[in-house]
Amino acid sequence: MDAIVKVESLKKVYGDLVAVNGISFGVSKGCCFGLLGPNGAGKTTTIEMMEGLIRPDGGNIQFFGRNLDKEALKNIGIQFQHTALQDFLTVEETLDLFASFYPKPANKLDVMQMCDLLEIAKQKHQKLSGGQKQRLLLALALINDPQILFLDEPTTGLDPHARRKFWDLISNIKKQGKTIILTTHYMDEAEYLCDEIVIMDKGNIIARDTPQGLLTQHFSGAIIRLPIANLNGKSIEHYGRPFGEHHVDIDAKDVEQSISSLLAGGVKLDGLQVKSANLDDLFIKLTGHQLQDDTDESDVKD
Amino acid sequence: MKQFYRRFTAILKARNLEFFRDRSSLGWSIVFPILLLVGFALVFSGEGKDQFKVGVINATSVKADFLNTKFVEFVDYSEVEVGLTKLRQHRLDLLVDFDTYSYWLNDSSPNGYFMEKILLSEQSLTWQKETVSGRQIRYVDWVLPGILGMNMMFSCLFGVGYVIVRYRKNMVLKRLNATPVTALEFLTAQIVSRLFIVMFLSAAVFIGCNFMFDFYMLGSYLTLFVIGLLGAFCLISLGLLIASRSRSEELTGGLLNLATWPMMILSGVWFSLEGSPEFIQTISWFLPLTHLVEGARAVMTEGAGFYELKSHITTLVIMTVLFLGLGTWLFRWEGDGR
Repeated sequence: MDAIVKVESLKKVYGDLVAVNGISFGVSKGCCFGLLGPNGAGKTTTIEMMEGLIRPDGGNIQFFGRNLDKEALKNIGIQFQHTALQDFLTVEETLDLFASFYPKPANKLDVMQMCDLLEIAKQKHQKLSGGQKQRLLLALALINDPQILFLDEPTTGLDPHARRKFWDLISNIKKQGKTIILTTHYMDEAEYLCDEIVIMDKGNIIARDTPQGLLTQHFSGAIIRLPIANLNGKSIEHYGRPFGEHHVDIDAKDVEQSISSLLAGGVKLDGLQVKSANLDDLFIKLTGHQLQDDTDESDVKD
Repeated sequence: MKQFYRRFTAILKARNLEFFRDRSSLGWSIVFPILLLVGFALVFSGEGKDQFKVGVINATSVKADFLNTKFVEFVDYSEVEVGLTKLRQHRLDLLVDFDTYSYWLNDSSPNGYFMEKILLSEQSLTWQKETVSGRQIRYVDWVLPGILGMNMMFSCLFGVGYVIVRYRKNMVLKRLNATPVTALEFLTAQIVSRLFIVMFLSAAVFIGCNFMFDFYMLGSYLTLFVIGLLGAFCLISLGLLIASRSRSEELTGGLLNLATWPMMILSGVWFSLEGSPEFIQTISWFLPLTHLVEGARAVMTEGAGFYELKSHITTLVIMTVLFLGLGTWLFRWEGDGR
């Protein structure tokens, strides 16, 4: 299917730091597209260039075949990672305010219902819980009935229950045929929601496919995880790759055969875990560091 | 145009709701000037004069024993009308013209009665007496435009400057920038909202305090309103200029203080700048608050109309255009010049 969003050779440089290094990708209509990567990978810079908030230093962005301009903003909805709203306004008043900015806003009640806000419509937004506030921000992103929806780490800081609830909302929005572009550093979120993902690291795209496609491409069989102390003095690299400070991950096409050869090599099996690979494992394999490593390049926009 | 109006009114309404629902800051905006006024009325409730004051028309060409009377200050006036205004406000006890042998007396001034007796006892000629009437002008009447003007200054500068920087810092502006709202729509709404808030609150304080103090008012309320509106508009524009780029509340707070303190001291809020050194008066002319306070004071205590205020009005309009033009040109949704 033809891409309705096209990004070509997009580049952004801050001083000596190349935040986004000439990346290209396309997003098809109705797709939930995930931009994944650790903090500092260039996700937010990429998405904010696509939203028209940051001027790129190079490259081209197109929506529906035309270059990004203020007019295009009428067709996109945006939920930022951190946003404050004007104080002392209720949920409903905030929605009214944003609805007035667009020539053809969506029906306010429909949006409130979709985002489960009807019960808290008269509450001042400063008094909302984390999950409620994210739902309000989602509703603001939907108030112009956009065809493309940008969600920048929408569930960061939410408790597991609130996250699940938010995922259900996004799934419902997807069913309406809207195209969603999502950044996250939660792999379970990407696996649950995304049809296609791009993994970014240090401003570059290092992998791109469906979540399942990426896993199949990079892993066959399962992963055997063992304490490093069990390795009988041999190097970690001899068996696989490190996982944290105390474990080693070993790719196993045939688990039974791998365990036999480990035993034959004098490796102890105390504390052994066998698991199927997920996107976290994929990321560690591709970049050599963990995906949710918050300390990484934290002074740079991610 | 329809879109502009819709977005503008929506932002205006939201900003007004935000202000009027913030009870603590709303309360302070009303209570602060009233407290100041009551304080000054109490402190300066005494007569404050320890001698008699007589105006003499063309005093330098007059030789008369009366002018040697002890404990009386004689002030020279070349125009009768100027002296009469002071007499009506009890700033003079008597006005004498030795050319026409006439004198003017305020019929509600006890000091004037004594001065009349002394004049008539020492000068044997026949005098023509005329009376004027008018209430005494008190310090509270004089200081009211200063205090209200100062309050308007704080409200305009901090209410616009600080709020925009706060919006920028906590990304309210970033969120608005991601909508089709233009900077013009946003800034116009901020200006009109603050103009409404400032004029509404100042009028409320003025009317409320008028019940307490029955202020001296010679001019028209329309003129007073217009000079207030122009002054507020000018100060709001200065606030916009100061807040056009920064995302640091500390820096903006410093800049706003840098703008407000000279005006507090040099704009004639507390005391008259008449008689102060030339360079002080020159500096004060470049401060918007000077024109607001002196203009309002001229309306209230001298009955000045638009014609008499033309220099204040022109200066305020020029300053507003300058600040607003620069502020709009420099304005950024985000702080780092993106």
